[in-house]
Amino acid sequence: MTDTPFVQIRHAQKAYGELEVLKDISLTVERGEIVAIIGPSGSGKSTLLRAINDLDPLTSGEVILEGVQVNKQLPHRQYEKHINEMRQQIGMVFQHFNLFPHLTVRENVTMAPKLLKGLSSADADKLAEEQLAHVGMSERIDYYPSQLSGGQKQRVAIARALAMKPKLMLFDEATSALDPELVEEVNLVMKKLAEEHMTMIIVTHEMDFAASVCDRVIFMDGGVVVEEGPPSVVFQNPTQERTQNFLRKHLAQYAEGAK
Amino acid sequence: MDIDLILRVYPYFLEAAVVTVELSVLTILLGLICGALGAAARLSRFSFVRFLGAAYVSVFRGTPALIQLFILYFGGPQIGIQLDAFEAGVIGLGVNIGAYMTETMRGAIISVDHGQAEAARTLGLSRVQAFQKVVLPQAMRLMIRPLGVNINAQIKGTALVAAISVVELTYTAQRYIGSTYKPFEMFLLAGVLYLIIITITGKFISYLDRRVRLP
Repeated sequence: MTDTPFVQIRHAQKAYGELEVLKDISLTVERGEIVAIIGPSGSGKSTLLRAINDLDPLTSGEVILEGVQVNKQLPHRQYEKHINEMRQQIGMVFQHFNLFPHLTVRENVTMAPKLLKGLSSADADKLAEEQLAHVGMSERIDYYPSQLSGGQKQRVAIARALAMKPKLMLFDEATSALDPELVEEVNLVMKKLAEEHMTMIIVTHEMDFAASVCDRVIFMDGGVVVEEGPPSVVFQNPTQERTQNFLRKHLAQYAEGAK
Repeated sequence: MDIDLILRVYPYFLEAAVVTVELSVLTILLGLICGALGAAARLSRFSFVRFLGAAYVSVFRGTPALIQLFILYFGGPQIGIQLDAFEAGVIGLGVNIGAYMTETMRGAIISVDHGQAEAARTLGLSRVQAFQKVVLPQAMRLMIRPLGVNINAQIKGTALVAAISVVELTYTAQRYIGSTYKPFEMFLLAGVLYLIIITITGKFISYLDRRVRLP
């Protein structure tokens, strides 16, 4: 099935009553591709991302990972089993980190592999050490999340997701909650993943990051994909007026923030 | 104040205090069980089960514990429930405090940030695993102090079973008043013993809370 796209979203539609958040979105992501989703708040970009692992189920449409439909309609028990298996293959990083505060950094990383893959404590420890070294957090392995800075928390959250050896990583505004001086350390980790050809779908407000790391940028507004293409095209020569307006506003805010 | 009298009768009050402690321990244990079941029902996926949980809470918090106790002890035999006074006291008060504990536990569970369960589910944990490994350990820490308030109320609440003649502290005080005509001394003595029990329990709860507190 070499011609099957790695991730495929087909006719994704989501509505809360009258309010349509996603209006018939279709897109594909290739293996190893790094895709940024940008757009104003309320454009549906987070909802789309959260639909990929069925955290926010679609009203209609399909999400397919390597030919397997993620959001299958199944009886409750079967659905639970299916979705848990799918989610093990899809890592997710949240804006607010969502580290488990009652567990140490090590335990945050080892919990899921131990529980779901039956790793022994020794193997899980080794895995945690590897993953934490990868994100530069080895020294804090026995700290609690409350003892870490935001940037450190987010790096641990990335290590926690990576410990499940996912095929695909979803980032939901991973740096939006961070103090400006802590953004870079998280971006560096994400860049490293990019260099290792991890497939990533990144919802972000950081245009510079999207431009320098991503292969493709998707601009969403009002629940539709307005424009997509390589960053050089979307950022430098956007064809759609809505994209132009958004980027102008965003750049103005950025300039404001830099003062 | 008749100190001699107090010194003479206090051993009997100590015996009665043991009964109060027994009642407290048993009603609190039963309350915790009912509370856990009630909270699970209130948070169930199934609307009918949620309704049962809500009904339990509103009925038992919406009527006086004394009435519940009377229905069970005096009304019970009429519908074939034969309990001695101590059993009726434990069951009546335990189920009653369970309704309050239901709300305490439910409150603690829903106050754990939803992102926690979400992060766990995203890793591939099932609903049950996410609850056991992530939500519950955090909720337990949050519920210790408010459960302490329920427990404090329950210890004092055991005094109600004096009304169905269980020989605990309050009943003992009343009985000695009958023979000594010294209500001030007798109730004061009972009160001091309640205070001691409650203070020790309070210290224990604070200790527990400190022990599991996260850095």
